[in-house]
Amino acid sequence: MAAAPIARSFLQVAATEEVATPLRVVQIEGLVMLKIIKHCKEFSPALVTGQLLGLDVGSVLEVTNCFPFPIREEDEEVEADGANYQLEMMRCLREVNVDNNTVGWYQSTLMGSFQTVELIETFMNYQENIRRCVCIIYDPSRSSQGVLAFKALKLSDSFMELYKTNNFTGEKLREKNLSWVDIFEEIPIKVSNSALISAFMTGLEDDTPVTQCDYDRLQLSTNPFLERSAEFLIECMDDLSMEQQKFQFYHRNLSRQQSQQQTWLQKRRAENMARKAAGEEPLPEEDPSNPIFKPIPEPSRLDSFLITNQISNFCNQINGVAGQNFSRLYLMKALHEN
Amino acid sequence: MATGEQTVLQFAPTASSTTLSAKVHPLVVFNICDCYVRRPDQSERVIGTLLGSVLPDGTVDIRNSYAVPHNESSDQVALDIDYHHNMLLSHQKVNPKEVIVGWYSTGLGVSGGSALIHDFYAREVSNPVHLTVDTGFRMGAPAIKAYVSVNLSLGDIQLAAQFQEIPLDLRMIEAERIGFDILKTTMVDKLPSDLEGMEASMQRLLALIDDVYKYVDDVVQGETAPDNSVGRFISEVVASLPKLSPAVLDKLVNDNMQDHLLLLYLSSITRTQLSIAEKLNTAAQII
Repeated sequence: MAAAPIARSFLQVAATEEVATPLRVVQIEGLVMLKIIKHCKEFSPALVTGQLLGLDVGSVLEVTNCFPFPIREEDEEVEADGANYQLEMMRCLREVNVDNNTVGWYQSTLMGSFQTVELIETFMNYQENIRRCVCIIYDPSRSSQGVLAFKALKLSDSFMELYKTNNFTGEKLREKNLSWVDIFEEIPIKVSNSALISAFMTGLEDDTPVTQCDYDRLQLSTNPFLERSAEFLIECMDDLSMEQQKFQFYHRNLSRQQSQQQTWLQKRRAENMARKAAGEEPLPEEDPSNPIFKPIPEPSRLDSFLITNQISNFCNQINGVAGQNFSRLYLMKALHEN
Repeated sequence: MATGEQTVLQFAPTASSTTLSAKVHPLVVFNICDCYVRRPDQSERVIGTLLGSVLPDGTVDIRNSYAVPHNESSDQVALDIDYHHNMLLSHQKVNPKEVIVGWYSTGLGVSGGSALIHDFYAREVSNPVHLTVDTGFRMGAPAIKAYVSVNLSLGDIQLAAQFQEIPLDLRMIEAERIGFDILKTTMVDKLPSDLEGMEASMQRLLALIDDVYKYVDDVVQGETAPDNSVGRFISEVVASLPKLSPAVLDKLVNDNMQDHLLLLYLSSITRTQLSIAEKLNTAAQII
């Protein structure tokens, strides 16, 4: 009696796979943030990348350390060097008891334009080896406005499956109900610090009533940033309209091809009627060798999705900065009235 | 000591040793604390290398650091030199401008073994800086001290090396200052967004203004002794508000607001366009 339920539960356990809990929060240590800030700032405006190390615990991904990648020149032999560097760093860090798991990578961006095909490809590469990986994007150009622009991204699962099939036609997307918002998922970031370091920091720096970042935030001149955002937005809109023209072209070709097929089919049918009347064999109604029957490939929608993502990013940024500016303007007005 | 010549205990003058000072980036402190927390159980302290650069005016700028495994027993210290060189090479691949400027150890004070390690580092770079980070808080407050070694010599014979403390400065680049509030506490639930940060800054400004008001009121009523320098500061601040007539100011503010409203409008139009385009693109085709 007691044996049977135990045996069943054993089987049950063996049969059910581990269900991965969805990733809800990325917990970064202050150390990692400082390192990323320093690395991205030193090399700005060049874009840099680095590796994130940490632990995967339930629904929280902890990032406890990171190291930067050297700038890759366009050289064949550097490929092996890069892998060597990575192995060397991981080995050395292991010796000082740093968590040795890769949990993702970070990269810097300029004005928030990071949604590219390379990002997706890197994600797919990482995803093959690690079950859960995340990409942290840091924008050093926004620190001049007093904002810490960190974002943790991950590709959504449905998008990943679709990408593997490499099929981005309209019906597939409708099937999966996938639109451009579903490509990237943003995960909230939590920052944690060990008690030792927070004690140090609190002791070392006195609590000033106003910090430098307040000065930065209250600055009135944000025009250069807005101008650049608007310029990037215009460029992206140009790209988007090009993509849409490709689609229009495709549709026009498709309808033209279909009308050609119709006329050809009618001609065939007429011929067949004539042949039947004359007693000959009817010709087939299809002719695969005829070029008008060749199916035209539908252009992939991936690029337009990415561009759309970028545009919405820029729009968000502009909204944010404009909102800030409103408050600043009102503040200034109130100050003057006194 | 009735010799004719008087031998005086001399400090061998090292280049600009009297004006040497060091600046430390908080990343280094974070690194050291992290390594200390992760140290293997049998060692009491952590030793590591400091990377950075020497500024033209002689100040040592300490920007990065890494821990080096070591074995310590009562009378000798062994440092893993290969590891040290490997890490140095790896770090220099990323940032070739960072060179060794010294070494650090946790724990208060300088011990005997430290002199040996200091010698080792002195072979790598001239005049290394030794940083001690007191993680035990033995003095009741966090203490980070920096030392350089100065040779004590009696005539021509070197007696000992004395560790002289040099002034240390904690400096942060601007992006780090922004995150500073976040870095102080043990857990922050989410990063502040634009508007929240704005709100926090404005509240702080308001608090400052309130303080100033209160101070001025107190002085006028005679409750606080007036301080001339503070008074001068306040009058400078008030005078620095540009004198614009109300009409000009209104026009300025309104122009600016209209520009921003225009931008907001453009971005909303763009987003509407995006959603329409998406609907069109994935709509069912009529074949």
